[in-house]
Order: sequence, then C-alpha cells, then structure tokens
Amino acid sequence: MLQVTGLTKHFPVASAGWFSRGRQSQALYAVDGLSLTIRPGESVGLVGESGCGKSTLIRLISRLLEPTDGSIVFNGADIGQISVGKFAHSAERARLQMVFQDPSDSLNPRFTAFDTITEPIRRLGTQQDRSRLRQRATELAQQVGLPPELLSRVPHQLSGGQKARVGIARAIALNPTLLILDEPTSALDVSVQAVILHLLADLREQLNMSYLFVSHDLNVVRLLCDRSLVMYLGKLVETGPVDDIFNRPQHPYTQALISAIPAFEANPHRIPLTGEPRSPINPSPHICRLYGRCPKGDEHCQQVAPTLQPVSDYHQVACHYPAPLS
Amino acid sequence: MISSPTTATSVQTSLLSVRGLSVEFRTRTGIVQALENISFHINKGETLGIVGESGSGKSVLALAILGILDQAGYVTGGEILWSQDTATCDLLKLPEKRLRQLRGQELSMIFQNPRVALNSIRKVGKQLVDVLRCHSNLPRSRLKARALELLASVRIPDPQQRYDAYPYELSGGLCQRIMIALGLACSPQLLIADEPTTGLDVTTQATVMNLLKELATEQQMATVVITHDLALASEYCDRIIVMHAGHVVESAPTHLLFSQPRHPYTAKLIAATPEPHKGFEDLVPILGSLPDLRREDLPPCRFVGRCDRADETCQQEELVYRQVGGEHWVGCWYPLEE
Repeated sequence: MLQVTGLTKHFPVASAGWFSRGRQSQALYAVDGLSLTIRPGESVGLVGESGCGKSTLIRLISRLLEPTDGSIVFNGADIGQISVGKFAHSAERARLQMVFQDPSDSLNPRFTAFDTITEPIRRLGTQQDRSRLRQRATELAQQVGLPPELLSRVPHQLSGGQKARVGIARAIALNPTLLILDEPTSALDVSVQAVILHLLADLREQLNMSYLFVSHDLNVVRLLCDRSLVMYLGKLVETGPVDDIFNRPQHPYTQALISAIPAFEANPHRIPLTGEPRSPINPSPHICRLYGRCPKGDEHCQQVAPTLQPVSDYHQVACHYPAPLS
Repeated sequence: MISSPTTATSVQTSLLSVRGLSVEFRTRTGIVQALENISFHINKGETLGIVGESGSGKSVLALAILGILDQAGYVTGGEILWSQDTATCDLLKLPEKRLRQLRGQELSMIFQNPRVALNSIRKVGKQLVDVLRCHSNLPRSRLKARALELLASVRIPDPQQRYDAYPYELSGGLCQRIMIALGLACSPQLLIADEPTTGLDVTTQATVMNLLKELATEQQMATVVITHDLALASEYCDRIIVMHAGHVVESAPTHLLFSQPRHPYTAKLIAATPEPHKGFEDLVPILGSLPDLRREDLPPCRFVGRCDRADETCQQEELVYRQVGGEHWVGCWYPLEE
C-alpha cells in the first residue's frame, strides 16, 4: 500500500556564500536512501534514538517536507512528485493522516475540540453542513471515548488523555487508510498510556487502517506492531517481525537498544553503547554509521558500509557480523 | 487526612527527615492542596525513588524541601529536618541567607529538562564556574581547572572544548551530564534528581543513570530520584515511595514494593506499565483521574474514586498510615494481602 524507495533528505547546513566559496557545501544526511513497504492493515513500528531521522522520515512520507531524492508510492500514486502545497488539498491527504507528538503542543489552543476534529472534514471532506458536522464529530468522539459534552472545550480545559483522544479523532475523521503516529503516548502517564494503546489497537481493527508507529518506547512498539524497523543515523539497520527483533535481535545496535529498556527485573547483560554517535554531516559512504560505538567494529567496518541483507525470510540486518545474542 | 507515622527510630540515622509536610497553592480559582501530611526520611548514601503520575506532587515536594516553591505556594505545616554530623535543623525555619548557602553546597538538585534549566546564552563552563564561585572557597585562579575536572568526572569527552560550548550545541545526553556536573559541583550530601532522564533515549538513559549511581556511591551521597517510570525506579533505587494526589500512599524497599505491593494504587501502576514479557491483555489501564485538589470536601483517602476496594470507611474515616512490614508502610484501610 505504501512503498518508499531510496528516500533521501539532505538539509544544507552551510550555504555556499561568498566566504565559503571553493569549500565543499555541507549537508546533514537526515534520511539516507531508505526503502520500506507497508501492506494494507499492517502495523509497522519505527524505533531509533532521537536525531536518527525518524521524524524527518515520517514528515517526508506524510508530505510535509520535500524529499531530496527517492519515490513515495501510496495507493498506486507517486505522491513524492506532488509538491507539499498541492498535496495539502489532494485526495491522498485524506487517506494519509498523522497523530502528532505531545497533544498539548500540537492542538490549536484557540480551537475547541469540535473545531479541531472537524477541521479536516471542512477542508477536504464533502459534508459542510453544520448539523451533519456536529453529528459526525459526536460519532468520532464516541469512537475515541471522548465524552461528547467535552467537544465545546478548548485544549487547556482538557486532560492529557482527553487531548490525545482529540488528536486521534481528528486523524481518523476522514477514514484514512494509513495513520502515522509520532510518539502518541510519550507525553502521557502510564495509567493513561495503557488506555490509549488499547484504543489504538481497537481502532485499527474497526477501521482497518495501517499504522506507521514511531516511538522510542520499545515496549509499546512490541505490543502494538506486527513488524518493526530499527533506524540509526538516517539508515535502517534491522527490520523484521517484532518477535524476531525483540527476541532474536542480530544487529549490535538493536541488541544494545533492547538491553537498555528498564525492567522490574534488572537486565544483567546490558550492552553499553559508548561514545557519541558519528556526525550526520557529510558522512562517508564507506564507513558503517555505528562504527566507533559498536563493540564488534573492526577494519572492515571502516572500509565498507554494510547494507540490509536477509538473515531469514522476513528478517533483514545491515551488519557485517550479524549474530544472535548468546 | 493521613495521620503521620511515628518514625522515631529513623531520626538518628537519617540525613533528611520530612514530617507531616503540607503545601498549598493559593490560586484565583481556589486553594490547591498540593501536598498533605507527607512524611518520609532518607538515610546517608541511600537512593530513594519517588514515583507517581504527573500531578501527584512529586516536583512540588522537591521544591518544598529546597525552599524554592513559587510565590503562590505556601508550606502550611510540618517540618523538614536536616541532620549534619551532630546538629539537626529545620530547613523551614532557617533564614533565607543560610538556606542559600546550603542549597548547592549540601543540598542540590538536577532539574527536569536540561535544555530549559540551563542558561541558553551562557557557555556551560561559565555556568559551572558561577556555581563554584558562589558555593566553594576555591581561589579565582583554580575555578576553571575545577570546572574542567567536573566536566571530566561526568565523562564528557574533550572537556577543554566543551567548556566553551553553549547548551544548544550539545546533545540531550551531554546537556544532562552538564546538569549533573552542576548539581555535584560542591559534593552535596543530598542530590534531588527530578525526572533526570525524561526526553532521553533508552541507551542514553542507561548511561546517565549508571553515571549518577556511580558518582553517588563514590561520594557517599544520598539521592532522591523523582520519576514516573516505575521500571527505572526499580532498577536504580534502594527504597521507593509512591505518591498519589499529594499523599504518600506506600513506602517500601524496592524489591518488596514490586513483589508485594500492598496499596491498590501501586498494584495498578505496576499492572499498567508495559514490560517485555507482558502481552496486550496484561496491560490494565487505571480508570478515572486524579481528584480536583481544589475541592474542599476531598475524601480522606484521595484514591477512593479510582479504587475498587473502597467503601464507607474510606469515604469518612481519617486515614491511618500503617506499618505492614519492616520498612513497609501503607496508607490504606484495605491493603492487598501479601
């Protein structure tokens, strides 16, 4: 349903002005030649540390940013070719919606819950009639478990959980087929987080949507997703079914990531990642991005950057020395 | 109301002992009873975790201990006893000038979100020197050298270069380490870390917490870790107190709290936390929300609205804080069985 091929986004960090004439222009490689597919009804998790390009990637896919290179094919249409401004009014926009991080920041503080939820319908939908909008908003509110009497409230009068529900209701208002969720629960308390996770799982079944679920909470990804992508400095390092990724990780970075999850029973075999990540500015194409922090790094890793290779049917790893943990 | 426990035995050994502390905020829309009758203590070199949902009063408690509540906040009762060697003093009764000397020198705090807490237009090295100039009696010429030492002690690579960096030039993990360096600048006896790793990645979180733990052991410093992440608290703390709506509902050594939670709220928090071995069905949400703390008719137990064990007694009788084991205290009429 969604097919991304060779997607690349470079941000210029120093423009070639008068004083830097003759110097090579510098670019930050936020997303670097990344490919992925999402099938209908599938829920895919995207994990990785902050600064690895997760947010840039989903902004590219949801067409809020212009890609430098690569194609994004969604429901058969190459939406990568449509400009950001045009896409905002296209039919595909309705099919591809986002739930943003931290609902306190992403809701318009001067819109009531009703305004926020019906905004996409008013812009892109066909129902413009006020009474039908109200009916639809009530329906959506019930679907996400928001008491309909709260529809007239503005964000500061709502609790964190209620704001999260408003954000979700807005995103599903146009019956999208793909929902991109950017850390939907990171701003919530565990008590509320559990409710929202259940809600998201139920909605996916009811409305038959696909999810691209971005989170740095790996436990949450494990619960909600079928497949997981692990990203490090603009590239995918491991992809596979969540069961494989969490129980039999093969990439040293994934292993470190999973062993770092705090748990009630402390993990005795924690793998430390030492040092700082490599600079994402003009990275050498020949060095593995994890080199310097990786316990397995050797000379070969400095000369040839690994690419994604299958280790089993659905499980791919980008490492010269993939191995399950002993 | 919770009647306060008698912790007479712990007074001699404890570094800080809070007894019956109540704090309220006087706002335009009413008086918020942010903390009511809070009692706990922390021993020398111990790591104490304070957990609870947002709005449960964790941060207010930290600010009250340091005496830096904002203008609307008033301490309405209780005492905060600070013991040094032989002398014990009540922090609430100290004059502001003396308190200022204590803060930073003996009591210190790491604030939530280092990017906000650090001065964004001052080099991080200078910010460290500021603390040292105020609170240590080092000569001027030694200040920079000491600041560099501190940067190195929190494992910042290339301290010489980082000394001249502004906070925006550093990653979240490095900023947090600068905060820790600031907090530890004068080798305090007690460090309060308010959500020290919120906003950091799991890998960075593990490094920062291990560093904190190591430095605390090295300097024999007591640490209070405030967090909403139970799993994190369980890994790094010796003892944990659980807060709900301005009350301490349970306090126990870490292993006991997680293996035998006695307060229904603690049990529910544990059940709501995603864990590696938990399936989706095992994730049980806590229904309801914190009560409005502005209400004047708050029930004595503030958890009644969300509790499935509550009855008439919980609505009416004054709540008693009971000892159910060695160091295990619980504020509930019907605690869960062992």
